[in-house]
Amino acid sequence: MTRTRGEHVLLWGGILLAVGGSLFPFLWLVSTSLKSPIYVEAIPPTWWPDGSLVFYRNVLFEHRLFDYMINSAIVAGSTTGLALLVATPAAYALARLRLPGTAWILRGLLCVAMFPQIVIAGPVWRMLERLGGLNTHWGLVLPYVALTLPLAVWILATFFNDLPRELEEAASIDGCTTGQTLMYVMLPLAVPGLFTAAILTFIYAWNEFFFALLILTDPAKHTLPVGIALFQGEFTMPWGEIAAASVLATLPLIVVVLLFQRGIIGGLSAGAIKG
Amino acid sequence: MHMQSLTRAPRTQADRHTGRLMILPMLVVVSVFSLYPAVDSFLLSLHRWFLGLPSLGRPFVGLDNYREFLQDPIAHQALLVTAGFVLASTALELLLGLGIALVIHEHFVGRGGVRAAILVPWAIPTVVASQMWRFLANDQYGAINLVLFGDDIGAYVPWLADPWSAFGIIVLADVWKTSSFAALLILAGLQLIPDDLYDAARVDGATAWQRFWHLTLPLLKPALLTALLFRTIDAFRVFDLVFVMTQGGPGDATQVIQFYGYKTLFTEGRVGYGTTISVTVFVVILMLSFLYVRMVGSKLLERRAT
Repeated sequence: MTRTRGEHVLLWGGILLAVGGSLFPFLWLVSTSLKSPIYVEAIPPTWWPDGSLVFYRNVLFEHRLFDYMINSAIVAGSTTGLALLVATPAAYALARLRLPGTAWILRGLLCVAMFPQIVIAGPVWRMLERLGGLNTHWGLVLPYVALTLPLAVWILATFFNDLPRELEEAASIDGCTTGQTLMYVMLPLAVPGLFTAAILTFIYAWNEFFFALLILTDPAKHTLPVGIALFQGEFTMPWGEIAAASVLATLPLIVVVLLFQRGIIGGLSAGAIKG
Repeated sequence: MHMQSLTRAPRTQADRHTGRLMILPMLVVVSVFSLYPAVDSFLLSLHRWFLGLPSLGRPFVGLDNYREFLQDPIAHQALLVTAGFVLASTALELLLGLGIALVIHEHFVGRGGVRAAILVPWAIPTVVASQMWRFLANDQYGAINLVLFGDDIGAYVPWLADPWSAFGIIVLADVWKTSSFAALLILAGLQLIPDDLYDAARVDGATAWQRFWHLTLPLLKPALLTALLFRTIDAFRVFDLVFVMTQGGPGDATQVIQFYGYKTLFTEGRVGYGTTISVTVFVVILMLSFLYVRMVGSKLLERRAT
């Protein structure tokens, strides 16, 4: 495809703006996190950091960031595992087994994905209070599984739907039950779909704030978003520490995005649900 | 294709049974942790319940809470702020999203890297994005002032202290965070437009602008509408940004309805009324969701329809 000179200028101008606009604010945060305390509070601010790691040391060893990271990893990891365990058979049945009401269930899931968290949060909180689930990891994981299921089911169902049917038919002629067909024939083929669903579920649980704020109120149980949102200094805002904590909370996600950009873009438009 | 559906048609009863068992756990989890709570909230909104005053009990008060909502000036202000936020952020996100989508749809060297870079704002936790923009907008150490005024520190503006600029910064933060998602939805629409159409238009001598205006835009309408509805629903639910950046201030300038509901429900312990606010938001979102669900195009749903 050939472009005119004007089209070239437009394209590369757009690329520059989009990439610059997307990255500049975060790069500023990275720069802040690598400054010495006196430079963070310099007026006017300095553009380039002096490469100090003091804020990273502070958040890791003097604040509880390490605990937050562990909590977030446990919660997001368990959510992802459970959500996939529940979503995979459901998605397969919805995509392939022609049950009555399938379209309604799929549409209903889209609606449920839109529920505002606040309307669910109050009753869930009281339910967990009765069950002793407040300030426990499982107390947060269960609602997270429910919140991420619609997305996971849609991604997986879209994926199963695109797989060739001949294999299933061969399997059923060979005497496989539906469960065996899913386990041994379809699941290995669906690995890329499972991967996409896992990544998006994990990112959702890693980033979620509202439920985490209400359910894990004990500072030792905070997840990263809650810890970062409630970060307080004694007298002034500890911007350097907040920046360092933010960079540490975001870094794993950036690595994931860099590695799996293609899968994420494909998965997000499945049913056009937000992660 | 026809052969397949013929061979697939006679499904055994046992298969259906297995299928139902496969969906069951998913339905149970969603019912217990999403549907039941939503119904419970609706019932609660018909009661008066103060957490701090257990002696008053939880009397049924019918629609009293909804009457209070209609007469509550703070709620009206919050609805106004929310409406402004939804309009401003959604409009900007669609425009920017369209621009980004058009760019990353093109073929060029390094496109994968560019796409990954554009996903960064989407991947960043909203709380982190909120703290980041709060810092960028800081009156003394913020990058916005540095970029605009350089060394002229006398001109530095406390962006989050003024009602209008605080509102603007929150919109800006949301636009930064979510335009890339709008772009992905629009990109999915762009990928459905066959290249032949563009080649034909080129042969007919259409300029880039004409191709965009008469070809891309009309064919993109469904994707744009989907993105519009999706972003509207999501903007309606804004909470994290406000919680971290302004706590609704200065004054009530950025107090969106979700934040007001949160405060009433969880900080003040006015459970009945707070729930009423959340249910009202819920009803609006549910209506938008119905529209959205009708518009979602998916092979999954199409196949059922036949």
